[in-house]
Amino acid sequence: MAINWFKYSAPTTFYPLAGKLIPWFAASSAILFAAGLYLGFVVAPSDATQGEFYRIIYIHVPSSILSMFLYLVMAGYAALGLIFNTRLSSMMASAVAPTGALFAFIALWTGALWGKPMWGAWWVWDARLTSELILLFLYLGFIALHASIDDPRRADRAAALLAIVGSVNVPIIYFSVKWWNTLHQGSTIKFTGTSMQVTMQQSMFTMLAACWLYAIAIILMRVRSIILERERNTKWITELAEVKK
Amino acid sequence: MKNLFGLLLLIVRRDLLLAMRRRADVLTTLIFFVMVVSLFPLGVGPETDMLRKMAPGVLWVAALLASMLSLGRLFSADYLDGTLEQMLLAPQSLSVLVLGKMASHWMVSGLPLVLMTPVLGLQFDMSVQAIGVLMLGLLLGTPILSMIGAIGAALTLGLRGGGVLLSLLVLPLCIPVLIFGTGAVQAVTSGLSISSHLSLLGALLVLAVAFTPWVTAQALRISME
Repeated sequence: MAINWFKYSAPTTFYPLAGKLIPWFAASSAILFAAGLYLGFVVAPSDATQGEFYRIIYIHVPSSILSMFLYLVMAGYAALGLIFNTRLSSMMASAVAPTGALFAFIALWTGALWGKPMWGAWWVWDARLTSELILLFLYLGFIALHASIDDPRRADRAAALLAIVGSVNVPIIYFSVKWWNTLHQGSTIKFTGTSMQVTMQQSMFTMLAACWLYAIAIILMRVRSIILERERNTKWITELAEVKK
Repeated sequence: MKNLFGLLLLIVRRDLLLAMRRRADVLTTLIFFVMVVSLFPLGVGPETDMLRKMAPGVLWVAALLASMLSLGRLFSADYLDGTLEQMLLAPQSLSVLVLGKMASHWMVSGLPLVLMTPVLGLQFDMSVQAIGVLMLGLLLGTPILSMIGAIGAALTLGLRGGGVLLSLLVLPLCIPVLIFGTGAVQAVTSGLSISSHLSLLGALLVLAVAFTPWVTAQALRISME
């Protein structure tokens, strides 16, 4: 039996699939958020040096990881859209951008809240902070370029090119600011093992999974709206139950 | 090969000739650069020590802004009178055409800034050595700004509010150039070796020459289809 790998690359089939998946991702995200916050703020012990302040990492670290990862996801979808000319990939890219920007903003904001009691300053011109800020600018540039081109096909292709150039430049920016100045601590969790206490680690991973599922749910919701908007003149949209109502 | 080089020279000469017929455009960029740099001592006060420390950053940021200012003109005139469409249809390589336009843009808007730098450096009481390094950095860095900027200019061709959007797209990508350019001057003033910073700038320049003309050509095709 041949499997049609491209079945869900068409908006027609993807739209109902996304609709079915959203409640699952949203519900599991909500459960994991509740569990992660409980573990992180009630069960996990206070840190030896940072006291209670360290608990912001349960939001800070997942959102930083996702802000970087989602940029790659966005650039990947944008590249797929540019190369294979698939409509859905470009729609996914523009659906990912606002969520990525949101996570970049949360990472900066929570970092500032942590930096004030720990470093004594809301903001320092450190390598990590600066490159995260630039990442936010790159997301905003993508969104702004997409928004200012009226023809959606041209907007997709132009923004895709920008996202790809940005993803080539991200490592360069990252290392240039790293050589320039650094204060932010390195990562505690490495592939070779960790110095972190077990409960802390568990709550961090729970929060990471929760944020991840949240991102998937919200991106699927957004891509459904984009499909509705872009395909509004097609027959299958007018035949949808929710459109007929 | 000879043909491509001839094409490159042709485009550079044409664009320079066009620029020379509208000298005011060239001068505005230069005057803008001088003016932004001169505003800083008025804004932060005339202490020489502080000015000397700030000078490389101020000059680099001003050069970055000045190059943004002139980027809008890179393709817009050709776009409006239809020349750009003919260039896209031409059998010759579009990347080479774009490289020619980048080169002439740099000669018109980047090179004058480099030549103006010594005078401004003296205003900021920089040492001769530091001015030399600053000029060298700008000489390597301003072509990169023109080339990265060309991608943005091609993407925002014919859009409303293109100028502001262009800066939003291009400025974040120019940050490494700024860091290495100012880093070289800071290294020389604190007695360290400048070779690492300038080598990295040179590497970025080589990368930019290799890739940006092609990317810009793709962006032009997207904008013109």
